Amino acid sequence: MDPQATEGAVVSWPAVFVAIFGAVAAISAVAVVLSRNVVHAALSLVVVLGAAGAIFLVLGAEFVGWTQILIYVGAIVVLLLFGLMLTAAPIGKHALDNQQRGVAFITSAAVFGVFTFIIWRSFGSQRIHLNQVVRTSDIGRSLFSGYILPFEVVSVLLLAALVGAIVLAKKD
Amino acid sequence: MSLAWVLTLGAFLFSVGVYGVLARKNAVLVLMSIELMLNSVNINLIAFNAWFRDSAAVGQIFALFIITVAAAEVGVGLAIVLLVFRNRKTINVDEVDLLKW
Repeated sequence: MDPQATEGAVVSWPAVFVAIFGAVAAISAVAVVLSRNVVHAALSLVVVLGAAGAIFLVLGAEFVGWTQILIYVGAIVVLLLFGLMLTAAPIGKHALDNQQRGVAFITSAAVFGVFTFIIWRSFGSQRIHLNQVVRTSDIGRSLFSGYILPFEVVSVLLLAALVGAIVLAKKD
Repeated sequence: MSLAWVLTLGAFLFSVGVYGVLARKNAVLVLMSIELMLNSVNINLIAFNAWFRDSAAVGQIFALFIITVAAAEVGVGLAIVLLVFRNRKTINVDEVDLLKW
């Protein structure tokens, strides 16, 4: 596909999809940190992670997108829900938030302001031309040629985390 | 599509995660906010990978590593939260302050 052709088009469909999923992710992320019900927060997190996975798919990251859905939505959120169930989480605004909400809001607004300023100053005119999909075979070839040592280290890390979690949570 | 809008989405999700980490009291909700921050970094990496049009897909490989490390982190973190709950009968992070003074 010619990059100039997509540039000149009135509506760029990938951009529309990224905008829709991005808005869904942003709204749900706010719901995660503001919800008074812990289970609602966890379910909003599912929406955020699913929308982010959809953005990955639109941006041509096929394998990462499905891995995101599989691991985050399928495993991590279920783990968090188990954590909520096993710790008898209370419901109510004062039980979930501490006293420093104002400071937290100012800090996060400052972080967002600085990031947005730097991003638009540095990459404001750059455009993404989506004319290639990275296939799973490309990821595999790159992972097992240039990044084999980090791959093995990360597998050892997962094993250590598995053993550590079992040892910590075991009743003795 | 503009690269900066995707990066701004990542920055927004990161800031929301920062707010959650600072303002939430429940330890499991703090872990959820950390997941939000890690995921926003993944959005950045994927966006830069699509921008560079890198045939080796280095950004996507780093995103995979981050997903793996996030899985390990949440596993160990929840084990610690369960242990704290079993010993202290609370998982409010501002009540677990034995090391503070």
